[in-house]
Amino acid sequence: MDRFETYTGVVGTLDRANVDTDQIIPKQFLKSIKRTGFGESLFFDWRYNEVGKPDQDFELNAPAFAGASVLVTRNNFGCGSSREHAVWAIAQYGFRTVIAPWAQRGDVRVPAFADIFRNNCVKNGVLTIELSSAEVDEIFSAVNASPGLKATVNLEAQTIALESGKSFSFEVDPGVKETLLKGLDDIAQTLEHESDISAFEATHNTQLG
Amino acid sequence: MSKTLFEKIWEKHVVKELSDGTALLYIDRHLVHEVTSPQAFEGLRMTGRKVRRQNLTFATMDHNVPTDDRSVIRDPISRAQVEALSKNCADFGVTLYDLDSDKQGIVHTIGPELGITLPGLTMVCGDSHTSTHGAFGTLAFGIGTSEVEHVLATQTLRQKKPKTYKVEYTGKLQPHVFSKDMILKLIGLIGTAGGTGYVLEYCGEAIRSLSMEARMTVCNMSIEGGARAGMIAPDDITFDYVSAEDRPFAPKGEAFEKAVEYWRTLPGDDGAKFDATITIDASEIAPQVTWGTSPGMVTDVTATVPEPGSVPGYSAGDVEKALEYMGLTPGTPLTDVSVDTVFIGSCTNGRIEDLRRAAKIFEGRKKADSVKLLVVPGSEAVRRQAEAEGLDKVFKGAGAEWRFAGCSMCLGMNPDQLKPQERSASTSNRNFEGRQGKGGRTHLVSPEMAAAAAIEGHFVDIRQWSNG
Repeated sequence: MDRFETYTGVVGTLDRANVDTDQIIPKQFLKSIKRTGFGESLFFDWRYNEVGKPDQDFELNAPAFAGASVLVTRNNFGCGSSREHAVWAIAQYGFRTVIAPWAQRGDVRVPAFADIFRNNCVKNGVLTIELSSAEVDEIFSAVNASPGLKATVNLEAQTIALESGKSFSFEVDPGVKETLLKGLDDIAQTLEHESDISAFEATHNTQLG
Repeated sequence: MSKTLFEKIWEKHVVKELSDGTALLYIDRHLVHEVTSPQAFEGLRMTGRKVRRQNLTFATMDHNVPTDDRSVIRDPISRAQVEALSKNCADFGVTLYDLDSDKQGIVHTIGPELGITLPGLTMVCGDSHTSTHGAFGTLAFGIGTSEVEHVLATQTLRQKKPKTYKVEYTGKLQPHVFSKDMILKLIGLIGTAGGTGYVLEYCGEAIRSLSMEARMTVCNMSIEGGARAGMIAPDDITFDYVSAEDRPFAPKGEAFEKAVEYWRTLPGDDGAKFDATITIDASEIAPQVTWGTSPGMVTDVTATVPEPGSVPGYSAGDVEKALEYMGLTPGTPLTDVSVDTVFIGSCTNGRIEDLRRAAKIFEGRKKADSVKLLVVPGSEAVRRQAEAEGLDKVFKGAGAEWRFAGCSMCLGMNPDQLKPQERSASTSNRNFEGRQGKGGRTHLVSPEMAAAAAIEGHFVDIRQWSNG
């Protein structure tokens, strides 16, 4: 996996909540046995019209968002199916960072991203950033005011800076940060604990759990 | 210290606490299907790795498979994916239940049937509905393809310990109200992200009185509430199910007795603490119908299509978009909404009990002429059982197409799909835009509600309808 280095890119917006992985990549593209070729199918049903041409009403088709590499969206992004194809499509389209807000519902703080989707992002070098609703609103406003606005994502410093001047800091799990910054191979990392796994297996009964 | 069911199982499976705050968790069972595994096996090939525990890994084909004529998969891309699974299982020594096997079926239906799913285990699959197996008191959750490769290679996963959420259903369900209604009600209350980061534990009188099939329906849709896993403490109903004679991988005889002794220690201790709790009065739950494009967009069948701005957890814009897609007008009674297609099946409601309940509604009745009715058993074992009981004759007599096992119209990866703007009453789990076919409009309901909608051509309150 490539290292996640500080970069500057166009911010694309998708102003919808609860975007599920069926929308990110519809079922017909899950039949591939390859790990590549999904970028063209990202948001397929929203992105293309009946005759297969880009739908001009779809936000991310705006010319100002060409080459966007930072996606800003709403709460509960990536819910639904566990399909990693969704993250492959996002990454292969060119997004390396996805930003969404956490939400408050009663006493519960609802995370910005669905669990399986967020894990799948880490495995593919995609950074998910969780901000407050107010902060995400600010990014939406800034982009709406000047479409094509760029942002600099610095994982080391845990900041995202809009070229319009505003900067936000974000939290990230230490393990996720290290994995992304170093571009670590997850399986190789785990296999460093091979002797621990073997020792565990020697006494663990997989019929009783 | 008092522990929850989840904590007991989690602690028993931690191989090592890692320095980054995650745990290396041992996985007792790994289920594999054709859609989310090819890239994982390819990854093993590229790195020269093997499947670490072949005997703990089981595969079947379900998402792509035709449910009418199984002799040929006409779509060449689907066929290639199914063939890839056969080759991968042969190359890596994994047990496969393919289309020629009498044990084939939806991965979450066959796991319990074959005794692969047992209380106290950790279990994963590259499929979000792996939460189904939590009905046995199993810690079971869906993973992505990179994690599938990780489990194949290491039999472990690196996981952050989730929080715990107690979901208690007090009281008794009304007649004709189902476990499906219980879980839809919960999702309506907490939202589709309300359980994100948690493992749900379902408990209370209404849960205890459910059959294993009905418990699986509840746990199955934990993911629609955002939770990767949902669990129910095992009890005598669980042990009776596991001890049925046709479960080849379940312990037998003395081994079974010993297992039960251990399984009885699994339920949470008195005073065990949860990070969140919710209590729902089961006696007040009405049959549920989804009206939007998210499982949280759900209400009582006695209600009307809501006004934008009146739905907790959804913005007015979200609701407007959903209603436009669904072709519904606020204020319309749900019982006035007509359906074109009725789908009975899926890993949520494709088990024998679901078919029995639906068949009871169809007995001596016919579907409305305007409705296409599809009944798809969750597994070949369910199909044989249903045919032995004559349920297939009831369905066919009502005008249904009676099919072979598979995921079918739940997600339409095979030819079973809705056409644009076609409206379905579906016993499946997701009403997302395009889920059952591009432009298709899905309403999630219980098997009895689906059957009654097929007969009347529109939704009915099954409680009143069955009395009348």
